[in-house]
Amino acid sequence: MKAATNAPARVAYTNARLLDPASGLDSPGGLLTENGQIADLGPPLFNEGLPEDAEVVDCGGACLAPGLVDMRAQLGEPGFEHKETIASGGRVAASGGITSVVCLPNTEPVIDDVAGLEFVARRAREAKGVKVYAYGALTRNCAGEQITEIGLLSEAGAPGFTDGLKAVANAQTMRRALSYSSVFDTVLLQHPEEPALATGAMNGGELATRLGLPGSPAKAEVILVERDLRLVEMTGGRYHVSHITTAESIEAIRRAKTRGLPVTCDTAPHYFTLNEEAVGDYRTFAKVSPPLRSEADRLAVLEGLADGTIDAIASDHDPQDQDSKRLPFAAAAPGIAGLETLLPLSLALVHKGRMGLLEVLRKLTEGPARILRLEAGRLMKGAAADLLVFDPDTPWTVDPDAFLAKCKNSPFEDHPVKGRALRTVVDGRTIFPASQEPSRR
Amino acid sequence: MAGGEIVEILDRADGYVETNRAASKGSDLLAGRTVINLFFETSTRTRTSFELAGKRLGADVINMEVAWSSIKKGETLIDTAMTLNAMHPDALVVRAPDSGAVKLLSEKVNCAVVNAGDGSHEHPTQALLDALTIRRRRGRLDGLRVAICGDIAHSRVARSNIHLLNTMGAEVRVIAPPTLLPSGIEKLGVTAFTDMRKGLEGCDIVMMLRLQIERMQGSFVPSIREYFHFYGLDYEKLANAKPDALIMHPGPMNRGVEIDSVVADDIDRSLIRQQVEMGVAVRMAVLAKLTGEERSEAQ
Repeated sequence: MKAATNAPARVAYTNARLLDPASGLDSPGGLLTENGQIADLGPPLFNEGLPEDAEVVDCGGACLAPGLVDMRAQLGEPGFEHKETIASGGRVAASGGITSVVCLPNTEPVIDDVAGLEFVARRAREAKGVKVYAYGALTRNCAGEQITEIGLLSEAGAPGFTDGLKAVANAQTMRRALSYSSVFDTVLLQHPEEPALATGAMNGGELATRLGLPGSPAKAEVILVERDLRLVEMTGGRYHVSHITTAESIEAIRRAKTRGLPVTCDTAPHYFTLNEEAVGDYRTFAKVSPPLRSEADRLAVLEGLADGTIDAIASDHDPQDQDSKRLPFAAAAPGIAGLETLLPLSLALVHKGRMGLLEVLRKLTEGPARILRLEAGRLMKGAAADLLVFDPDTPWTVDPDAFLAKCKNSPFEDHPVKGRALRTVVDGRTIFPASQEPSRR
Repeated sequence: MAGGEIVEILDRADGYVETNRAASKGSDLLAGRTVINLFFETSTRTRTSFELAGKRLGADVINMEVAWSSIKKGETLIDTAMTLNAMHPDALVVRAPDSGAVKLLSEKVNCAVVNAGDGSHEHPTQALLDALTIRRRRGRLDGLRVAICGDIAHSRVARSNIHLLNTMGAEVRVIAPPTLLPSGIEKLGVTAFTDMRKGLEGCDIVMMLRLQIERMQGSFVPSIREYFHFYGLDYEKLANAKPDALIMHPGPMNRGVEIDSVVADDIDRSLIRQQVEMGVAVRMAVLAKLTGEERSEAQ
């Protein structure tokens, strides 16, 4: 995760619309990178001419923002290399404007020791693409019983701890984990479903009843979240709800934040773009965990994003191959391949007038970076030159068959979107498009 | 126990230290008296220590090890106490795995009862022997800064030491991961630390507690490796305490878990062997006080 050796020494990004949610910057200007770091930026930069020795990237008026920080993705490695690898997932992420990915530890074997973290770091170094971090498992083998070596794993670089797709069901385990982790100032990320209640294949309610599918009630989410909030109050541990989906649990987080508890949450584009109707005629690509919820819940997610209750948007990338999805609905694996649609689906919030561009970008950059204490997500002198050049407006239609990802399990086929990544830069080095060389002056 | 009473026992024990070091250790102070060591939990050093203490004072000492499980399924604790009481012992020395069990037993007998450790509640003679060890080395208890480190939640040694040291004017700190710090511990008159390096700053005495390894693989602490890394006493962490800080441990030690072997065996810093020696003297003083002159209920 240090500057690649073949990065050009100095690159001047000119004619850009600079966007930095952390500082509120939104203005035309330029940015200079030097040895993998942001050397300077601002509206007046390059007014006096370009530096002699710099390579020049003319952004042509496109947006230049911090590279996206995706705080929840599954990159398949180790154990599920047929679905995704750190190299393949990293390339896909780069094409979606992402420069930092944090992947889940529910791999095979589970990432519950320092060796697992080091494996991911090594694979990421070999791939030479986006920065890849891995959460440590919160409990050994994600079995929900014994807490992992949170201290040693934190020292080895785990930005947080989670059991991935599983909630920690045992309240005593969760209490001790929150209590123990408070010493290391790390964050515990919870999958928000009380497992004894969330046994269904889709959202519980009328539609599930009509389809004859077992339902997972929305209450299963708020029950777990409210329990955990009491434990946070008791222990002082830092707590994050991953992919929050229901009105009631968002309201619980909102109240907890008002009371000053150290809690945050994220959601994913499918939860604010789709509702349970997307399941339609047993479309397994719309099966996801937690399930797509009611329209009222979808609107509550939008409201939570707009009022700041929801801190981040993550891709929730969960690649599934054909064999896992071409099954009867209840038997099909949950999961949506989300890396390539994270940016355009989030930009829809801007185009539909729900939120400002900087506010949306904040949920994709500084928001998650702050939760995980990552040095990322800001346009700032001295920061790593992890950049995204994107066009926010050009319309296109999602075609999963054209995905770079190994798995095409997206419910967004033929979904009209606007905006896409034009260039992704990590430590000053352009990693997307792969072959593009900056023009030499 | 009041400060004056503590000092009286410590002064008396000081004298027995010399007796114990002499070639002939015999005394007939408690001749004709009967002391029963009633242990519902296996113990080597405490039981041996009490046995020697009684014998050196000339008492008849009987050891009874009773499995706690038999108390749970058959004869009750109270029945056992009353049966023994009918044999007219002068003192019962009782160790039990349940907090409060010794007190319950003491209410049903009319001899002296010495608490040799009850559950996670108290181990008064351990605190007394620790106090004697410190006082002989440092000349005082008042004004010393003492850190008690490790499994505070399950430790009777910690609770007894907190009470005694506070009574004698020492400043007491406890250091542990938050999962091993019981709630409300500060109300017992200590400052709690989760960062061992900070907690050890300026300490005169570092008391390590045994980590209950049988509990280790639960969710209190993730692993022995991690526990030692953050809470095991080694020279690097000890450097935060005063340069002449002394190390204590009530035993049995888990070398490499809560304490580095080299530190435990450092003859300039470690008082662990002296603690064992002081144990016999303190228990002699306690038995002598309770059965030697006047008879009174204890603890």
